[in-house]
Amino acid sequence: MTPASFDYHAPRSVADAVKLLADLGPDAKLLAGGHSLLPMMKLRFAAPSALIDLGKVAGLRGIAQSGQEIHIGAMTTEHALLTSPLLADKLPLLVEVASWIADPQVRYKGTIGGDISHGDPGNDHPAVMLALDASFVLTGPGGERVLKADGYFLGLYSTQARADEILTQIRIPIPPAGSGWCYSKFKRKTGDFATAAAAVQLQMKGSTVARVSIALTNVGPTPLKACKAEDYLVGKPIDNATLNEAARLAMQPCSPSHCQRGSADYKTVIAGEMVRRALQTAHSRAKP
Amino acid sequence: MATTHTVSFKLNGKPVDVTVEARELLIHTLRERLAHTGPHIGCETTHCGACTVDIDGMSVKACTVLAVQCDGADMLTIEGLEQGGVLHALQQAFHEEHGLQCGYCTPGMITRAYRLLKENPNPSEQEIRYGLAGNLCRCTGYQNIVKAVQSAARTLAAAQPATA
Repeated sequence: MTPASFDYHAPRSVADAVKLLADLGPDAKLLAGGHSLLPMMKLRFAAPSALIDLGKVAGLRGIAQSGQEIHIGAMTTEHALLTSPLLADKLPLLVEVASWIADPQVRYKGTIGGDISHGDPGNDHPAVMLALDASFVLTGPGGERVLKADGYFLGLYSTQARADEILTQIRIPIPPAGSGWCYSKFKRKTGDFATAAAAVQLQMKGSTVARVSIALTNVGPTPLKACKAEDYLVGKPIDNATLNEAARLAMQPCSPSHCQRGSADYKTVIAGEMVRRALQTAHSRAKP
Repeated sequence: MATTHTVSFKLNGKPVDVTVEARELLIHTLRERLAHTGPHIGCETTHCGACTVDIDGMSVKACTVLAVQCDGADMLTIEGLEQGGVLHALQQAFHEEHGLQCGYCTPGMITRAYRLLKENPNPSEQEIRYGLAGNLCRCTGYQNIVKAVQSAARTLAAAQPATA
């Protein structure tokens, strides 16, 4: 299984990569970790005329705190997320999601920017980005623009990024100290995409919910925010009755397609259950 | 139009130059051009891990990386583990603990375990199973593979001078 022929470019700077992308046109593709794109090219689902490998571009990797945000270079690998002491302290939800992605070998190569840019609703980072209210820095010929994760994902393999733009950085506000978090993912085996998964970031005030974000993976053409469930929970305690109602409300926007992972109804029920479990775990980790 | 590239990297300590088409997968370069047939082609779909090699301190599935991406890399394959006719502790342990039956997954399994023990010299059973989750074995049921990695970890720890 060898991909169709293509031209290969390995720029050393973001500016060179942006120029190449403009010069080569929309048939050129950016190569990040390659663990979604290369399999698609091997199966001839994709046959770009050229690859622009971002692997040797300086300054696209790394995790740093900037004021009240965490900034992550788009080429930062899942392995780097999983082993980052800064993320373990400030954004443990991101460490938890990385731990559920694929397998060790894939995590050494796969990148957070690639996972987001691919626009696959089966990928795990997009829903987590919604739950964390992340922003994305896109660099193009005209400079940089910053877009919110909410609204960024348009459909299968489709995002707000223009054909001449490169996702260069992810910016995530640091949740308040004492917040609870959980990524609950149901999958058939190691390496599989989620049948359904839920990302939760939860802030309690005393015994009731002050703020909660809930986002869902792989139950529609884009990651989904469970807004009705979020609104319902604010001001309420986390108990069996509120968990049941939140799970029911979170299932409403789901519109998964039938595939070998199950029927649409089954996946929707699994999504509700993932929301329930993620809320329970996030609650157990939150400090009042 | 096929474009070719000359790629230079270090393979088991020795510098190599090889001319490849951009679309050539590393596993084919290793096996067909460089006669390193230790890394196996199993699934060709990034699942089985039989093609695992170690690149710049990372375990990588050589069926899902292009040879051109490896310019300047420092690469280790199963062929590079034995030193001066002496098996690596992992190879010895897989032999002694019956960590293989047909042997097809073994080069990838050992190359992955090598990096796992570099990062975590004293892993728990659960950490070994999680760390080897990208390598499939259809014979052993994994039990003796886990035992072999535990045994190799003990051997390697005993060989290290105690540090303060």
